Amino acid sequence: MIEINQLTKKYGNFTALDSLTLSIEKGTVFGFVGQNGAGKTTTFSILATLLAPTSGDAIINGYSVVRDAKKVRQCIGYMPDFFGVYDQLKAREYLDFYGASYGIPVREREKLIPQLLELVRLSDKIDTYVDSLSRGMKQRLCLARSLIHDPEVLILDEPASGLDPRARIEMKEIIKELKSFGKTILISSHILPELAEMCDEICIIDHGKLVARDTVYQIHHHFKKERTIVVKVKDGMEQAIRYFEDDPNVKNMKRMEEKNSFSFTYHGETDEQIELIRKAMVANLPILSFQEIETNVEDVFLEIMREVEENEEPLQ
Amino acid sequence: MRSRFNNPVLQKEFKLRFRSIKSFLGIFFYLLILGTLALVFIHVSSEAQHHLYFRPEVSRGMFSFLSIIQLLMLLFITPGLTAGVISGERERQTLNILLTTTVSSFSIITGKMVSAISYLLLLLVASLPLYSFVFLFGGVAPGEVVLVFLIYVTTIFSIGSVGVLVSTLIRKTIASVITSYAITLFLTIGTIIIFFISMGTGLFHPSSNHALPYIVASFNPIIALYSILESDFLFYAGTNSWFNFPIWIPFLCIYLFILIVNTAVSTWKLRRGK
Repeated sequence: MIEINQLTKKYGNFTALDSLTLSIEKGTVFGFVGQNGAGKTTTFSILATLLAPTSGDAIINGYSVVRDAKKVRQCIGYMPDFFGVYDQLKAREYLDFYGASYGIPVREREKLIPQLLELVRLSDKIDTYVDSLSRGMKQRLCLARSLIHDPEVLILDEPASGLDPRARIEMKEIIKELKSFGKTILISSHILPELAEMCDEICIIDHGKLVARDTVYQIHHHFKKERTIVVKVKDGMEQAIRYFEDDPNVKNMKRMEEKNSFSFTYHGETDEQIELIRKAMVANLPILSFQEIETNVEDVFLEIMREVEENEEPLQ
Repeated sequence: MRSRFNNPVLQKEFKLRFRSIKSFLGIFFYLLILGTLALVFIHVSSEAQHHLYFRPEVSRGMFSFLSIIQLLMLLFITPGLTAGVISGERERQTLNILLTTTVSSFSIITGKMVSAISYLLLLLVASLPLYSFVFLFGGVAPGEVVLVFLIYVTTIFSIGSVGVLVSTLIRKTIASVITSYAITLFLTIGTIIIFFISMGTGLFHPSSNHALPYIVASFNPIIALYSILESDFLFYAGTNSWFNFPIWIPFLCIYLFILIVNTAVSTWKLRRGK
């Protein structure tokens, strides 16, 4: 669906994007994670045909962003990180203008506009001037605008930035709904836990280079060396604690407030963790539960970035 | 298939421009200034000739006066209306979204330009009753009025295209407006200065035979208009041996060429801004 091949963008001596190569399957919700200036917006701008790459190319739905820009525009819907609206237009007129810009006939636009406004929960604002809408509503209206021509690919640059928690949840729900329609969605965000919830896969970009790319779960497990595990036993807690403390990968043993429960951090590989549980079963420890606590994705991200800075080489 | 003449940008611009109260206030003040100046002219002419009524032979003078004043006003308004059409979209952060649609660069440029120019044409149409006042007293041929309006329309299209081009090339509206006014000032005042300098002693020796003053004058809308109002102006320009047709003809050709080139460059540069 999307093939990004050796995409490079330079501004003088500054390299904003450095030989980015990625392949994204149809129907995937793909997240771009990175610090400010990492190259996310540059990538999205090139994919949206707003920027010409210095070298390399990207193929969307079989069309090159360099050679077939007009055809690419027909199959993408783009929502930039910062955008303005025409304040003196009503929501209906705003969508109608963009519908006309894509060459959609008037009758079709008349049918589409109420449907799109319903999708983004703005049906009651159809005749409201855009300037009187809240930030969250404008974001949703802009999302509806990006869907007016029913694109196969959606490029959403920081769609939840600047929104209050409720508006973020609404935006997240709409994106999940769009995913169910089979759209290929590219999202960049700084709100990593939310991105993790929405995305099938994520990639991490730093200084214009691809640092890591995988499912959120795999990235989490591959890069997060330290995992917090909570164990609950029926009885014999002291014996169980001694057993786990003998493992060299176990650190920071803590007794928890909940009865017969304790936690520790585990530094071993996944296979070693499986072996630890198996041996505990063989040793007949009365374990009721063995639960790995989900670590904040932001912590994972920060750890990856720390490693990148130390190694100065891509981790994958 | 989208109709060639269905320009969504133009339709949206019309909606935005004429929905604003500013547009109607603009027309009101434009006519107020023009009407006041016409009345002042009538009053001063009557006083100077010790008549208490407006004499028909003065109406030609009033026509010339109104025509020059209207041209100056249009030259003042046009850069202000057009120099922010693209940079303004960029500053409002609406341009990027528009550029990701399938609407062509040509449609965006012409939609923006025609919308701004339509407003200027509306000002021209609204001023027609003042000209009918001139017709009441006679002394002006209808063909002259048509030619004067042809100069107006060509001037606002060309100066408007300069504004749109500058607005496409320069990111900040304020810088774009200043640049557009500077170019307009050069085409109006600058070329007049060069015209007189290039004429040198030719101004006082009508038999002088050099072409430069004529060429320079052909870039100036005020001189082009004056050449219609004063048909023997060419003789005083001292260039009659080189070109013996009125200055407004090369003027129209040059300004149409400017319009075409500016529109083409604006269209080409719009999606190559970065």
